[in-house]
Amino acid sequence: MRIGDFRESYAHDESIWPTPVQRGWLCVLATALLLFPFGVNGYFVSLACMLGIHVIAATGLNIMTGYTGLISIGHAAFMGVGCYTAAYFAQRGMPFFLTLPLAGGMAALLGLLVGLPSLRIKGLYLAVATLATQFILVYVFREWDSVTGGVRGVNVPSASLFGFELMNDQRMYFLIVPVAALLLVAARNLFRTRVGRAFIAIRDKDISAEVLGINLLRYKLAAFAVGSFYAGVAGALLGYFYRAMTPEYFTLTLSIFYLAVIIVGGLGSLLGTILGAVFMTLVPELLRAGMSVATRWSPGVTEILNSVQQVVFGLLIIGFLVFEPHGLLEVWRRVRRFFHLWPFRA
Amino acid sequence: MSSDATHSEKPLLEVADLQLGFGGIRALAGVSLTARRGEITAVIGPNGAGKTSLFNTISGFYKPQHGCVTFEGTDVTRHSAHRRAALGLARTFQNVALFRGMTVLDNIKLGGHTRLHSNPLSAMWYFGSAQREEMALRRQIERDVIDFLEIDHIRHLPVAGLSYGLQKRVELARALAMRPKVLMLDEPVAGMNREETEDMARFILDVQEEWGITVLLIEHDMGLVMDISNHVVVLNFGQVIGQGTPAQVRTNPEVVRAYLGETAARKVAA
Amino acid sequence: MNDFDWIALAEFSALGLLAGGLQAMIALGFVLIYKGTGVINFAMGEFMMLGAYFFYTANVMWGMPMVVALLLSLAAVAACAALIERTILRPLSGQPVISVLMATIGLASALAGGVDVVWGGGKNYEMPTLLSRTPLHIGEVMIPGQILWSFVLAALIILAFTLYFRYSKTGISMRAAASDPVTAYVLGIDVRATQRLTWMFAGVVGAVAGIIVASITSLSPAIGGTALGVLAVIILGGLDSIAGAIVAGLIVGLLESLTAGYLGGKVRDIVPYVTVLLILLIRPYGLFGTRQIERL
Repeated sequence: MRIGDFRESYAHDESIWPTPVQRGWLCVLATALLLFPFGVNGYFVSLACMLGIHVIAATGLNIMTGYTGLISIGHAAFMGVGCYTAAYFAQRGMPFFLTLPLAGGMAALLGLLVGLPSLRIKGLYLAVATLATQFILVYVFREWDSVTGGVRGVNVPSASLFGFELMNDQRMYFLIVPVAALLLVAARNLFRTRVGRAFIAIRDKDISAEVLGINLLRYKLAAFAVGSFYAGVAGALLGYFYRAMTPEYFTLTLSIFYLAVIIVGGLGSLLGTILGAVFMTLVPELLRAGMSVATRWSPGVTEILNSVQQVVFGLLIIGFLVFEPHGLLEVWRRVRRFFHLWPFRA
Repeated sequence: MSSDATHSEKPLLEVADLQLGFGGIRALAGVSLTARRGEITAVIGPNGAGKTSLFNTISGFYKPQHGCVTFEGTDVTRHSAHRRAALGLARTFQNVALFRGMTVLDNIKLGGHTRLHSNPLSAMWYFGSAQREEMALRRQIERDVIDFLEIDHIRHLPVAGLSYGLQKRVELARALAMRPKVLMLDEPVAGMNREETEDMARFILDVQEEWGITVLLIEHDMGLVMDISNHVVVLNFGQVIGQGTPAQVRTNPEVVRAYLGETAARKVAA
Repeated sequence: MNDFDWIALAEFSALGLLAGGLQAMIALGFVLIYKGTGVINFAMGEFMMLGAYFFYTANVMWGMPMVVALLLSLAAVAACAALIERTILRPLSGQPVISVLMATIGLASALAGGVDVVWGGGKNYEMPTLLSRTPLHIGEVMIPGQILWSFVLAALIILAFTLYFRYSKTGISMRAAASDPVTAYVLGIDVRATQRLTWMFAGVVGAVAGIIVASITSLSPAIGGTALGVLAVIILGGLDSIAGAIVAGLIVGLLESLTAGYLGGKVRDIVPYVTVLLILLIRPYGLFGTRQIERL
């Protein structure tokens, strides 16, 4: 409880940022995000774009896995679905504010399909089902030439809105960041209502949830649909960002990457998702930087960048699970507690 | 709750000749009982008598091989558990089944789930219908449930850190938020000390008097059962071996035999 | 009727069944760990990889004789498995399913990358031929020698394990610890040791499978991917049934071979995954798995 933090109405108590201090920081953040691309060089802008995409995808996965407890090892495949959907319609001239929801919707539809067995199968079995879906979808991406361009991939025209084209990173930044912010607020809202609470209830004790009137199948499907929607939108934005996509991008490694993001960041927390995404976006960049430095001593070391990344991802997942199961969120909370109570001890 | 005059004649919850078995185990061997409207009915019996199996069948987790469960005249034997909740059947569990990842308030709000209507889209948008119904629910819970059960000082705390007695109270609060017609309590005072038991007894009586809810409870604490029940049903080996008012049941030789053995039964019969 | 190619069908079927034997063996490794510790080990394929790469190092790079190299590599994998059990699985033992699952996924990723880093990026190595190549001719049907011998080997190993678990003292105590750890502990069985032993056995089984597969195809990190296909086998057979693993191995092997033969090689890759989805929809506990009944 903070001093002077009075809530004088239930609406105030239920709001996302109740205190003036929080609202102040929010304004600072918004301003910083607005001015960011103008103050730094292009490398950081594209990094920020990737971060935004990662945040959207990871939020979707956290909704499914962190909040509802449905393990999905096939998240990347749903991103692929969103990407190819957006590419298909963008090539036919659709503006991005239509292709993005369409991409999300397509992925959500597929998510519903994949989620159907989730009433009969739980935990382990569901994870295996999503793994199977991941492989099958990648196979489809590779073989369905007419729609996905097969192994060669697809070219995505730049996101456009009635002639205004987002053809460079800076402009994409101003599409990605607002979309990410919007989707984050939407996710937060979800958990202010009965839908989000039902998700958490299913994760914590589904028997209790049933007895309270929650239709397990309907809500598990909803979790799949919402999570996949986010993945689809993220995939579409990815396509617009890279302007070309091949099936090789949406593989198991990427699904594991997003699992790492939410474990490292904190399962079942939106702040955790952001922290995890920031951390995991920086890790490959640091690795890459480290490797290029290391080429001075052993040239050719950059060839194994991919493998080193795999090792690091794997170790991060294991490390956080064993030592810090609540992720960076818990670290963040400890730091905050320390500063709140300083100079008294926690 | 019901406005129809003829409704109050029909029993609220009735089970008829329930038979339930798992493999070779007969959990219920023909159980019939009625939970009378507005009364507190206790189900007692030695361990393994089938009390929790009975509750689980009424809740909808087990489908009996024979017999039926009727709620307000509707046969709900084949209904799924969540459908029964929507009809007005609430229940607590023996081992506290709260959602550990949430606060007290959120747990209680889940009781109101069936009375809300938001879907994922309206929820994500929030402004408009979702916000209105959330505010209405919050007001109603604060006024009716949180004040009633005296838990306003802990409502923002995560349930995981609460004492056992408080957790059981939160579970009761959650069930009450459903505005149920029938409330099934599975060992509501198990593991509580004297003071906590008296508090819980007071709450259960208040629930009956002020809310008019029909209560069906399983309990081993005979003091509580004798003090607050209007009607007692005794189970043993999956069958009803006696029922009546607390005083009648206490002196029923069959019941005494089941609990205390043959010698005590003879003493009572004499 | 006359122009239906019975020979081809027979060959595909035989190939499939025999290849299924190897899959059954890999499935055995999965089932061992699941029965013994309740964990689905996503890193099984990586055990296979480790076994193959260790063998390659010992035999080809260091020039040791085959038997010595074999024993060394199996011992090395067993040691790795024990280490993994001690450092990763033990601390996570109270945690929910999702945590342990993700830990094995992370492990798989780390091991796969690690192997690539240590032994050089993505190159395919040539493994020595361990199994006789001479084909067996039954009438007009030709069965490649390597597939035949891999089946024989797999069958022998599965048989050996089954007998061990049925009749030996350690085997029985492992089964006891698997079905009820608390009671086993009370009876004096060292549950921790049996869990470690379970992992070591699974590691060894995987390593043998990996060596065989590598010698038939070639040594590359792709070997790890084969194991994920075996998930279909264990789900079909039932996660906790060795008999199920055997039967399912044969069935899936047969299905894969027939699909490859009649629908082309590329389709074969996703046969296991489509099979998994179908089984999970129709009969999630598999042919012989025990149905989980939740106690309320």
